[in-house]
Amino acid sequence: MAALFKARKALSLCLSGCRTLSQLAELPETHQILRQTCRDFADRELIPIAAKLDKEHLYPTKQIQELGSMGVMAMEVPEELGGAGMDYLAYSLAIEEISRGCASTGAVVSVNNSLYIGPILKFGTEEQKKCWITPFTSGEQVGCFALSEPGNGSDAGAASTVARQEGDEWVLNGTKAWITNSWDASATIVFATTDKQLKHKGISAFLIPMPHPGLSLGKKEDKLGIRASSTANIILEDCRIPLDNILGPCGAGFKIAMQTLDSGRIGIAAQALGIAQASLECAANYAHKRTAFGAPIGKLQAIQFKLADMAMAVESARLLTWKAALLRDSKKPFTKEAAMAKLAASEAATFCSHQAIQVLGGMGYVADMPAERHYRDARITEIYEGTSEIQRLVIAGQLLKEYQL
Amino acid sequence: MSGRVLVGVKRVIDYAVKIRVRPDKTGVVTDGVKHSMNPFCEIAVEEAVKLKEKKLIKEVVAVSCGPQQAQETIRTALAMGADRGIHVEVTGKDYDTLGPLQVSKILAALAKKEDAQLVILGKQAIDDDCNQTGQMTAALLDWPQGTFASEVSMEGDKVKVVREIDGGLETVKINIPAVVTADLRLNTPRYATLPNIMKAKKKKIANVKPADLGVDLTSRLEVLRVDEPPQRQAGMKVETVDDLVGKLKETGHI
Repeated sequence: MAALFKARKALSLCLSGCRTLSQLAELPETHQILRQTCRDFADRELIPIAAKLDKEHLYPTKQIQELGSMGVMAMEVPEELGGAGMDYLAYSLAIEEISRGCASTGAVVSVNNSLYIGPILKFGTEEQKKCWITPFTSGEQVGCFALSEPGNGSDAGAASTVARQEGDEWVLNGTKAWITNSWDASATIVFATTDKQLKHKGISAFLIPMPHPGLSLGKKEDKLGIRASSTANIILEDCRIPLDNILGPCGAGFKIAMQTLDSGRIGIAAQALGIAQASLECAANYAHKRTAFGAPIGKLQAIQFKLADMAMAVESARLLTWKAALLRDSKKPFTKEAAMAKLAASEAATFCSHQAIQVLGGMGYVADMPAERHYRDARITEIYEGTSEIQRLVIAGQLLKEYQL
Repeated sequence: MSGRVLVGVKRVIDYAVKIRVRPDKTGVVTDGVKHSMNPFCEIAVEEAVKLKEKKLIKEVVAVSCGPQQAQETIRTALAMGADRGIHVEVTGKDYDTLGPLQVSKILAALAKKEDAQLVILGKQAIDDDCNQTGQMTAALLDWPQGTFASEVSMEGDKVKVVREIDGGLETVKINIPAVVTADLRLNTPRYATLPNIMKAKKKKIANVKPADLGVDLTSRLEVLRVDEPPQRQAGMKVETVDDLVGKLKETGHI
């Protein structure tokens, strides 16, 4: 009996130890194995095809299905609903490793996990979870998140898409813009105004299957980067859905969106880390092999300073990302840290990919090396799921509260 | 039949790492270098797990010999689907001189202790390339062996093994209990699924000392020197086939 008690105490200590800062220094074994598994997957399945996916704008169907069977498409979802039942630290590790292989695939996985499944898991009814989450855990189907509109991105409170109740249906009208996964998704969460008088407190969230009458897609955007993931407008013209398709209470849409984005930022931070890490590795490997002035260019201080700055940018952003994930896993407030992580990681991605091209010189400018793709992929991380400017506002807002200004 | 399969997994320097010889020329640099499960051992684990999924065997036990870090390798096997692990603790000088003879003695002792009906190993490790442990283990146990397996099927109380040999493929049917060593084309190891990685945390890894198994770790081999391979010399380009033949004769190659 005493042995059982000791064992249980040791296990709970171990589990609570899992939520401490010591994890920033060394990850728990499960997380190390997870990280290695995702890295092996990226090395073997993503890196060899990433250039082709980018060039031909191809959605990685097979790879998303494989990731689904590994449990990566629904990492936080409890096992009963078909997910992997893991924590957000594990999620950020997985997204970073996948994005290091292919940033587009990282985007698809991140949107499905954080932006689509995330809010349903948090705000959905048990029925909704079974209906809208379980089929989206295997990689066979992915979802998307429709908040932005042609008339408002950062200004999310000004949603001009409207939803009115008509008998036993909601009828939605409006256009959503820049929706990642749109062309490959089987469902979407749409944010629409149900009561214009209440301004941002009059926005609600709705679940719409795709395809669906009254919902159509705009042209696939021809983007600078993350080209294997589709981005398009979602157009709603008298789109009718059952009353039960509302997610959360009426008027809770803005709150749902903001809380969802808080978590989504950790995912995007992880994606940016993957791109930054890939750029760093590309530059370091090149510096080792390329000779100039009689020696590998890695011996030159100018190159060494770049590599050092890149490594530091990645590592500090990574620690911010892990901290935000750990805080979220401990159910502590994490809004400020998540914004910091996303800001730091996205700026690290653009910095590292820029410098990687510089280290590679002419070779960095051509498609023979992945540096140019990392440069193009990195750029979006400073824009979506909250621009760098918005992140600064979020951080300042939290700071001001802390300092009671 | 116990339905138990013993799988040996070795922790080796990762295949992608650039190997460097230690300055004292006694070995290669291992400190701080990335290690992972020997690729042929991964294939062995995969085969054992597949046999279990087909309900042809009941339990997969992963074994590794080495210091504390060997447990990471066992955990990876558990995450792939092995049921439990055995860590045979070998450290320090003993670990430096650990080779196929000692490992096969350990595996033979464990195979008897665990009443295993099959021992599946990788055909060789990518660090020493010995390709001996499977064969020695079978000999010590006086069990039949099917090495370089590219296909394994259970047929009642026998195992059919298709072996990759120089001349092509050779099929042997051997009695259980037996030792099988996995070759490259036997299967494609699965990626551990996240639920399995989580479950692996709860699976047991038993700690055993070689002395408990009555195994003497003394090595009969002494490493005299480890050197880098000689630098590749630049080749020569010739214009015609006649020139080629001429040059080959000149340099004494034909």
